[in-house]
Amino acid sequence: MLDIFSIPPQALFGQLLLGLINGAFYAMLSLGLAVIFGMLNVINFTHGAQYMMGAFAAWLMLTEFDVPFWAALILSPVVVGLFGIVIERLMLRRIYHLDHLYGFLLTFGLALIIEGVFQWRWGSSGAPYPSPIPGGTNLGFMFLPTYRGFVVVAALVICLVTWYAIERTNLFANLPAATENPTLVRAFGINVPRLITLTYGLGVALAALAGVLAAPIQQVSALMGTNLVLVVFAVVVIGGMGSIMGSIVTGFGLGLVEGFTKVVYPPASNTVIFVVMAIVLLVKPAGLFGQTK
Amino acid sequence: MAETLLKVENLQAWYGESHILHGVGFEIGRGELVTLLGRNGAGKTTTLRSIMGIVGKRTGTVRFENHETVGRPSDAIARMGLAYCPEERGIFSSLNVEENLMLPPAVKPGGMSLEEIYTLFPNLKERRRSQGTKLSGGEQQMLAIGRILRTGATLLLLDEPTEGLAPVIVQRIGEIIRQLKSRGFTILLVEQNFHFAATVADRHYVMEDGRVVDMVASADVNASIGKLQTYLGV
Amino acid sequence: MNLRLLGILAVAVLALAAPWIVYPVFLMKALCFALFACAFNLLLGYAGLMSFGHAMFFGMAAYFFGHTVKVWDWPVEFGIVAAVLGAALLGLITGALAIRRQGIYFAMITLAFAQMIYFLCVQMPFTGGEDGLQGIARKPLLFGLIPTENDYGLYYVVLAIFLLGFGAIYRFIHSPFGQVLKAIRDNEQRAVSLGYEADRYKLLAFVLSAAVAGLAGATKAMVVHFATLTDVSSGTSGEVVLMALIGGLGTITGPVVGAFVVVAMQDYLAFVGQLVLVIQGVIFVVIVLAFRKGVVGEIADWWKARRKIS
Repeated sequence: MLDIFSIPPQALFGQLLLGLINGAFYAMLSLGLAVIFGMLNVINFTHGAQYMMGAFAAWLMLTEFDVPFWAALILSPVVVGLFGIVIERLMLRRIYHLDHLYGFLLTFGLALIIEGVFQWRWGSSGAPYPSPIPGGTNLGFMFLPTYRGFVVVAALVICLVTWYAIERTNLFANLPAATENPTLVRAFGINVPRLITLTYGLGVALAALAGVLAAPIQQVSALMGTNLVLVVFAVVVIGGMGSIMGSIVTGFGLGLVEGFTKVVYPPASNTVIFVVMAIVLLVKPAGLFGQTK
Repeated sequence: MAETLLKVENLQAWYGESHILHGVGFEIGRGELVTLLGRNGAGKTTTLRSIMGIVGKRTGTVRFENHETVGRPSDAIARMGLAYCPEERGIFSSLNVEENLMLPPAVKPGGMSLEEIYTLFPNLKERRRSQGTKLSGGEQQMLAIGRILRTGATLLLLDEPTEGLAPVIVQRIGEIIRQLKSRGFTILLVEQNFHFAATVADRHYVMEDGRVVDMVASADVNASIGKLQTYLGV
Repeated sequence: MNLRLLGILAVAVLALAAPWIVYPVFLMKALCFALFACAFNLLLGYAGLMSFGHAMFFGMAAYFFGHTVKVWDWPVEFGIVAAVLGAALLGLITGALAIRRQGIYFAMITLAFAQMIYFLCVQMPFTGGEDGLQGIARKPLLFGLIPTENDYGLYYVVLAIFLLGFGAIYRFIHSPFGQVLKAIRDNEQRAVSLGYEADRYKLLAFVLSAAVAGLAGATKAMVVHFATLTDVSSGTSGEVVLMALIGGLGTITGPVVGAFVVVAMQDYLAFVGQLVLVIQGVIFVVIVLAFRKGVVGEIADWWKARRKIS
């Protein structure tokens, strides 16, 4: 088959697939962050740690209780989501009336605690998680591991379902109004505190779900979340917090950009997303899909 | 008087350290339209907010349909069948007119449908897709009133609906309020514009320094006009 | 009034006698981080901007210092100046971009930029990658007049540098610039309506903060003889936030107290290993939930309350 830009197609599409997969995770995580921010006005720094907890929960369930991947896909987000609800009730709730920065600091501290504990108990080297759909197909221009293809599709489905649930149904129609004037919305009969707790729990569950999906691809390690969440922040700044669809598109898009950079100019692949962020800040500070408030 | 819908006794309320209500007491019968009159700072808005459960601290008793509301959170109170239209109107800028109207959930059966509300407020129907805060003052007031009609609430708390509006709009709002009354809504109205209040109400309660100090029935208004003017400082 | 004077005198005496009481390298490290924390706090307490990536200025300055002094064999003074200027330049570039957003976005942007710098440092040869720049020799200052091989001698140099940096911040805060900055922090719209270009003032504060952080980083490299990836890592950025939090956000002396606490914790709790992170996290959480004013802030409150009663 022809080489494209004198790059063998195997390499190009292989990297693009990797980029698409990374993009899938960027999308899922920035989606979770956007949902939580939309409702609570809090940047959930703990998101990376909760993603890691999702992966760890799946791994523990497998190694300790022989729970297979497909069950963990449901159980892990539930467990971690419940943990998130506890955090919201006990701690986050007390600081809503303060400057948003305190939410950032609180969730940063929580991330340190969670990652520190996991690191202390299980070390920082990773543990492997067996692929639930081993094998792959040779598509001619590249080899597609079946599980990785599944991950991309699953991520797309999750993102679209979440987007639909938020934008198109009444489930979260109250979100923007409740942020604007929670007292009045409550006086209309909507249990705003419960809505907030649920939203946080759902955002956390989303992160944990991403973690479960990631387990067979990455090593399950205590630090897998930190490195990721920092990149996701850049993704969020680029996309702009305002729009759910914006987070999804930006996440996938940036993953592809990163993959492409890895083929064309590998040394820049780590930093290309940040460079994009710098450019976006120059040209459209509110973010690609953001609205200046 | 018809069956009592709302009974307030010895209601005291605080905003933080400030003791605003010092023992408010009054009753409203089903289907009545009752106003709270008084000067600025008398505690009228605080009374409405206390009934709705949105002040800091309340003591005393507020019984709606013979159920106690003091101590319950505001969403629970709303679900009992009360609805609040605040002084500042509270239109959500992040929603358009129709979304604003659809926001309050139906807490009881029997609320007006969206179409019925549009019949009552045709100008809102025209602007249904406009952003809520882009409406004029009068339109926003109508939106604020229209919003709470969908819920099925039977007691409406309206805080100064005519404040800052042109006389023509004030008249229109008066008509709407009379229509609502004839549909069976019970209304507690806070007003500084006494002339407006006199055109719609069955009874007037006068508040001063966080207490109810007098009650004047609609029929007796003319006879008591001097007394009322003193209370209101006009 | 007299009490204040006495307090300052006591601190001065303590500062001068300190290296004979406490291990001087610890003191010097703490002073470097104290300066770093003060620089961070200038930005947060007075410009209302929380930078979550301040390590990039601290670490890059350490690298600049190490490179100029070790590889190019510059005298120490020039090395420090180069490092400060380098940090300031970096501050100008990143600040100009970051200031375009407010509040929480600003924090995220600074975090992201710092991460970018970190990745660049991993790859660039001049930083020595994972090994870092080791063996930065101590050279005498002022063309040989002030010896620095001796830890005790070096302590006074570091103390002087700290006072210089701290003094710069103090002067800035109390200058007209500082007043305008405060006005912008308190009510930006009003300041703008009065004709002040808020962004310019914020950028000025950012660059100054970066420069002082750079001064701290260069001095640290001078003291411990090396500059590594840790110096530009998000961990260090988080640590300086912690120092400012512990001491008290927006207080002048708070960051100094916080820095000493954190550096002491690092040294004396080193045996705990990974759990240090957990402890730091717990402190973050506890302070945000219960002690937002920090050590200095709470003491100041308590002191004021006492004076009211008496």
